[in-house]
Amino acid sequence: MKTDFPTHQNVAPEYDEPVDPMNYEFGLNRRNFVQVLGAGLLIVVSPTPALAQRSGGRDGSDRNRAVATRIHIGQDGAITVLTGKVEMGQGSRAELTQAAAEELQVPVSRIQMVMGDTGFVPDDGTTAGSRTTPSTVPAVRQGAAAARNLLIELACQRWGVERNTVEVRDGKITHATSRRELTYADLAQSGDAAKAFEKTIPSDVTVTPVAEWKVLGTSVPRPNRRDLVTGAHRFPSDIVRPGMLYGKVLRPPSYGAKLISIDLAPAQAMKDVVVVQDGPFVGVAAPTSFRAREALEAIAKTATWEPAPHPSSIEIFEYLKGRARDGVPQNPFADELAAAHKAVRQTYHAAYVQHAPLEPRAAAAEWNDGKLTVWTGTQGPFGYHSELARTFRLPTDRVRVIVPDFGSGFGGKHSGEAAVEAARLAQAAGRPVLLRWTREEEFTWAYFRPAAVIEAEASLDAQGALTSWHFVNINSGGSAVDTPYRAGKARSRFVSSEPPLRQGSYRTLAATANNFARECFMDELAAAAGADPLAFRLAHLENPRLRAVLETAAQRFNWKERVKNKAPGVGVGLACGTEKGSYVAACAEIEIDHSQSAIVVKHVCEVFECGAILNPDNLLAQVQACIIMGLGPALREEMRFADGKMLNPFFRKYLVPRFSDVPVLDIHLLNRPDLPSAGGGETPIIAIAPAVANAVFHATGTRVRAMPIRLPGMKEA
Amino acid sequence: MTITFTVNGQPRTVTTDPQRPLLEVLREDLRLSGTKFGCGEGQCGACTVIIGGKSVKSCITPVAKARQQTILTIESLTKDGQLHPVQEAFLAENGFQCGYCTPGLIMAVAGLLSEKPKPTEEEIRSCLEGHLCRCCGYPNILKAVRRAAADARR
Repeated sequence: MKTDFPTHQNVAPEYDEPVDPMNYEFGLNRRNFVQVLGAGLLIVVSPTPALAQRSGGRDGSDRNRAVATRIHIGQDGAITVLTGKVEMGQGSRAELTQAAAEELQVPVSRIQMVMGDTGFVPDDGTTAGSRTTPSTVPAVRQGAAAARNLLIELACQRWGVERNTVEVRDGKITHATSRRELTYADLAQSGDAAKAFEKTIPSDVTVTPVAEWKVLGTSVPRPNRRDLVTGAHRFPSDIVRPGMLYGKVLRPPSYGAKLISIDLAPAQAMKDVVVVQDGPFVGVAAPTSFRAREALEAIAKTATWEPAPHPSSIEIFEYLKGRARDGVPQNPFADELAAAHKAVRQTYHAAYVQHAPLEPRAAAAEWNDGKLTVWTGTQGPFGYHSELARTFRLPTDRVRVIVPDFGSGFGGKHSGEAAVEAARLAQAAGRPVLLRWTREEEFTWAYFRPAAVIEAEASLDAQGALTSWHFVNINSGGSAVDTPYRAGKARSRFVSSEPPLRQGSYRTLAATANNFARECFMDELAAAAGADPLAFRLAHLENPRLRAVLETAAQRFNWKERVKNKAPGVGVGLACGTEKGSYVAACAEIEIDHSQSAIVVKHVCEVFECGAILNPDNLLAQVQACIIMGLGPALREEMRFADGKMLNPFFRKYLVPRFSDVPVLDIHLLNRPDLPSAGGGETPIIAIAPAVANAVFHATGTRVRAMPIRLPGMKEA
Repeated sequence: MTITFTVNGQPRTVTTDPQRPLLEVLREDLRLSGTKFGCGEGQCGACTVIIGGKSVKSCITPVAKARQQTILTIESLTKDGQLHPVQEAFLAENGFQCGYCTPGLIMAVAGLLSEKPKPTEEEIRSCLEGHLCRCCGYPNILKAVRRAAADARR
């Protein structure tokens, strides 16, 4: 087996990047299905689900998918909805349940959602890029509406009545004039229903208009919440299989180090310990994780390594800039700049940061008759599925990936390391193996939000209007790289580099760095133009949705008064932005705490708009969480490394936001029932860091052009 | 080494290395998986259990230290299907996102309220400061804790 622990690899450079197509075969049979979902739940199995799988769009669309691939109705009336999306705390389980309940016209309690089990669910793509709301919610609604229509048709056929003479409510179809009724369960018991559900979900099936929503648009809580508070929910790291061992994998002492030699004998001599070496992969499995650690430590001592050169975080920005692919592009509007009333040039930096999901990577793997089953926390169950099939040279129908609701991701769990490792150990041990990464492994060997160097240049005319704009992101990505402002001649671009760390997705990925640089730069341009930061933005902003959030935030925050009435050591700043079809603006008040040499964020007013709101409480929780999470990389979080080693791979040295960091939050959600719903779990993060940096300038007169934002003399966290 | 203690009201005996973290003994030997691993450095609180009435980070507690002690884990709070008031408060306020930090937080708050039925805001804050919610669902967690404290005062 080949296991890569690469350092020069981009696992997921952009959320929206097309995923490799896969030849997925849906090897489903009725017996298995009943075993998993419980007897009596199943009414139909489409004879052609494999075809439906292949035809379904990876973007979550249900083109040519049979109704049965999405919706099942049990003989007891229990409704099972199948989705390839996963739940990691962002609220997809509740919102997809609402989507199905709305169209099937049943209470949410009647819906059981089966998520992220590649043995049974359709591939809805990776749970990323805020795509669940705009892609999977509509797909589930269409599947559910198609199912409802089929059941209504069956009832009408049975009664010999016209369709417009029946009504459906609470899972019951009623013909009022003849006082007859049939429940979904009644219909599910007939073979007709099974046959009907083989039909393809029509692409033009009508879904319930927003004005008639009864379940969508309301604050439905997470369906399995009771198990979260009792501790009964089994996260991936809680999975137990019969005879299961605990695994541990050898990591290099530094990035890029090559294993030269190792003596496995000390671990092989230990009772009940399985040792595996397969190329550079070395791991052990033992009856307890303590024993596995002891065994691994015993052989790690014998290992010799050849180190590789690796840059340090102190020099990272020069390193990335120096390796920009084809060099840093020249500003094509140099003439404009030379002739301008004023020209402004600045460079912004953003450090490498970690997602640090509270549940580290974990997987349980089990082999049975040459079939591999893994339970793990991943945002991409089908991507993972293919990765395992490729790695172990298995036909895809011999792999099953099950994703229990897991302990957060934030874009950090697109990849499949723990499952590949656990599967390799389980293969050697002939027993199931659970592997859970340590916090240090997570901080060192998982992938990172890329560091960024951003160079911005713009010119202003005598009236203070922008006449040209050039914006280059080196290394971190193209999300939200384009300016939403009217800036005259404008070009914005992303240039890749040679990152020394594994890089990947994060909440909005590069949009945080791009929006930080742009919104800080806009503040500098406003100052150069002698204009108020709010007025300067509005003068260059046409998009009515972005204007609306900015104006509402400024008004709620009382911007005009607060920017004028400045107290010593206190400052206010604002920022706005758009990404993934949603709009955000934030105003922040900060205070310089000289005693602790710290920037304290006191008050944040944020306004967010993402079209028609599906679940107000869940959206509010996501917006709050984005603001608070965003304060981490804004003020303290940064991975520090030297000589190929992480210097701060611990929570005591990598300071993520805690309770005491929570500012006073005034959050306003602008509902736009007239617009399609966009996802809301990411974009609310992009306004907070620049708003804070701009407030720091207002308080101190110092521009800080880097994340984390540190004033001169302030120490590293 | 053979170690005897009481876990959730049951006398238990384990034969194990005394240096093993209590967390791993609870999870791997006693199959009590409600208590979570988050960091292994006592920084996140996901592993919080109550020993002798006090909340303790079980990831940095060697099992030998729990000898002859009375240990309570999240699994002890629900009695005959009846949730503990702190669990009720977390449910009522949706004091969770992914839920991975939830058992540890609930144990810490249950520990605080059993020690100090009328905690001050300061005491609540200091109890929570040892806990991380990486989802940053802090506002709802704070609401849940204040609700639980208000219920306890009644």
